[in-house]
Amino acid sequence: MMNYFELFDLPSLFELDVNALRLKYLELQRIVHPDKFANASERERLLAVQKTAQINDGYSMLKSPITRAEHLLALADIELAHEYQTLKDPMFLMQQMELREQLEDIPTAKDPEQEIIDFQLQIDTFIAQFEQQFNQLFNDGSQQALDNAADNVRKLKFMLKLAAEARDLEEQILIF
Amino acid sequence: MAYSEKLLDHYENPRNVGSFDKNDPQIATGMVGAPACGDVMKLQLKINDQGIIEDAKFKTYGCGSAIASSSLVTEWVKGKTLDEAGEITNRTIADELALPPVKIHCSILAEDAIKAAIADYKDKKSK
Repeated sequence: MMNYFELFDLPSLFELDVNALRLKYLELQRIVHPDKFANASERERLLAVQKTAQINDGYSMLKSPITRAEHLLALADIELAHEYQTLKDPMFLMQQMELREQLEDIPTAKDPEQEIIDFQLQIDTFIAQFEQQFNQLFNDGSQQALDNAADNVRKLKFMLKLAAEARDLEEQILIF
Repeated sequence: MAYSEKLLDHYENPRNVGSFDKNDPQIATGMVGAPACGDVMKLQLKINDQGIIEDAKFKTYGCGSAIASSSLVTEWVKGKTLDEAGEITNRTIADELALPPVKIHCSILAEDAIKAAIADYKDKKSK
């Protein structure tokens, strides 16, 4: 499996210097730019195209915290990307239900514009907490901690779904 | 990919939407979520003294296939014993609704919701 952190010369950690990532990305892109291979052989041109795709994939994967976390776990042999496993934590799911009910009620609330903003702040706080916890668990590195980190990523996905739905609703509310 | 008529029917006219009081000793609650898509499903069963499921309700936040799967399951479990309900598999749900392969996880969610509700009931009884 490709380690994208190595590709970008970065430490394999959740905490990431986004600016360093971006600079390295631009540098790598320049090196494999098609213009540099105008007179190269067919094979070299093909390799450059493949490398470009790899650089783009790696950049988008590391840039976003959730896919960066998934990549770190995949490198530790915990594959989350295509799992069908369901989550059964009743407390967490109960909270998810309540948050979704809350979101559902916002359009008919007295002040939907304020409520959607408050709701988004609330979700952002949850997301920040999960990311912080993930960072600690991943840095711990024990198998138990990594399994808990994986659970953390699963829960983060529910929060990101809520955040996306809240954004959609915010757009609708602001249009009307 | 066209969706089957059964699936669309359950999606457009979902059966048994709602909630029971989860603290009622006759009520079993199963909560499950699918991290892959962020769908959340709550299935509640009303179980009589003979261990037969008298009624069922669900609340699902998710895609059409997840809603249809849970709606179908509430119809199927009524009149069944807990053991019979526990035998419902995601395969039979997926076949009944002709779910496309990318939506198979919705039927897994529904199967696991039944199992979670049964576990909740057994847990309640043992207390």
